[in-house]
Amino acid sequence: MCLGIPGKVVEIRDDGPLRMARVDFGGVRKEACLAYVPEVQLGDYVIVHVGFAISQLDEEEALKTIELLRAIDAEGVAMELGSMGGEPAAEGSAAPPSGAPPGAASGAA
Amino acid sequence: MKYVDEYRNAELARKLVDEIHRITTRPWALMEVCGGQTHTLVKQGIDEALPAGVRMIHGPGCPVCVTPLEQIDKALAIAARPDVIFTSYGDMLRVPGSTTDLLSLKARGADVRIVYSPLDAVRIAAANPDREVVFFAIGFETTAPANAMAVAQAARLGLGNFTVLVSHVLVPPAMTAILESPTCQVQAFLAAGHVCAVMGWTEYEPIAERYHVPIVVTGFEPLDLLEGILMAIRQLEAGWAVVENQYARAVKREGNRAAQETVFRVFDVGERTWRGIGTIPASGYHLRSEFARFDAEARFDVGDIHTKEHPACIAGQILQGTKTPLDCTAYGVLCSPQKPLGAPMVSAEGVCSAYHAAGRGLAAPTAFPLYDLTRSLREAIK
Repeated sequence: MCLGIPGKVVEIRDDGPLRMARVDFGGVRKEACLAYVPEVQLGDYVIVHVGFAISQLDEEEALKTIELLRAIDAEGVAMELGSMGGEPAAEGSAAPPSGAPPGAASGAA
Repeated sequence: MKYVDEYRNAELARKLVDEIHRITTRPWALMEVCGGQTHTLVKQGIDEALPAGVRMIHGPGCPVCVTPLEQIDKALAIAARPDVIFTSYGDMLRVPGSTTDLLSLKARGADVRIVYSPLDAVRIAAANPDREVVFFAIGFETTAPANAMAVAQAARLGLGNFTVLVSHVLVPPAMTAILESPTCQVQAFLAAGHVCAVMGWTEYEPIAERYHVPIVVTGFEPLDLLEGILMAIRQLEAGWAVVENQYARAVKREGNRAAQETVFRVFDVGERTWRGIGTIPASGYHLRSEFARFDAEARFDVGDIHTKEHPACIAGQILQGTKTPLDCTAYGVLCSPQKPLGAPMVSAEGVCSAYHAAGRGLAAPTAFPLYDLTRSLREAIK
């Protein structure tokens, strides 16, 4: 029941005090309660657990992660050349250690 | 599927594996906390693609597996009552109690119903005012917001025939208990991304500092796991121990405040017993006194419960990460997903079911090779 997966909000309606949605998971549509993601709009992606959306996906962060992964080879070469002095590639994701401990997770939010 | 396919890219997975090999100079032991993560690791063969000496220890993050036998026996006693409609997440139905399981009870005529959301249980209660409707409210921080909302909704509707059998557990106290164990081998954690989506990661910062252990909040797709492992090993190699967030697309430092508010309105924190692990202080949720009328344990007298685990099952040691299913003499012989002896073989998040689905350590291939679909990625990272 922890296997939450991302789905797209395709319909929103009110059911008494609760805001409910139809969420599309790659063709399979399920009902989900939006009470915990009040800012979500049609077309947004959410992670649903046991019928409740618990998180809205952040597109910018998603793209950043993929870009960082794509850049790994370049980073590796730069590391080998010892040119990684003190500049972390980016916060919160695949940035390799530089001169100081990574900025914990604080920059990633 | 958006936010899924791009995190299953075989070429990027290969790159990450290469990078992990490049930076690793020593053996390390990492624990992935969540059973969902265990399944991805085993399914894709990620744990087998890591450098020699880098070991993934599977954590206790399978909610079905750690629900104590006593609670399951109580569920069985309540569900057997003729006045009760017993509702539960589907994963719980085949979990063995001391003498039977909910599915067998249902086959013998008990009114046991699977619900997808706890709100469905509330709807069943509203539609059946002459029956007692009980919901088995189990899980980690991920299901707590849903379970709490069901209780809040039942209170709002004034339902007198709805109760919950609560068995809620929390991840950070379990991590602390693992780290406190004299036999602890874990040097870094991949924290469960969806638990952190609800609770944030501030609770993990003092753990990282106190035990000097890197903690990386990690998602569930193959590239998430590989990146989380890479980030953890980078910290280990550099001697650092901080909390980092790999799963930034879904997790914020403060978590989901609206969800936390409802959880803490309905539940407070107290001692809980974990199946196979034991009692851990402040490791779970209990209903607050304002919601005591929704407590199934108070509503139904279930008499004395005498629990009895199967003698061949080593689920406790597997859940604590000190053994793997391959160390178990019953695995694949006496115990299979079709005939499970212990909860980790039942649940979609259990370690034993992950190994079995991947055919690990089995003399003959599994009848239903669930994981064949993902062969391309597995081949890429070999």
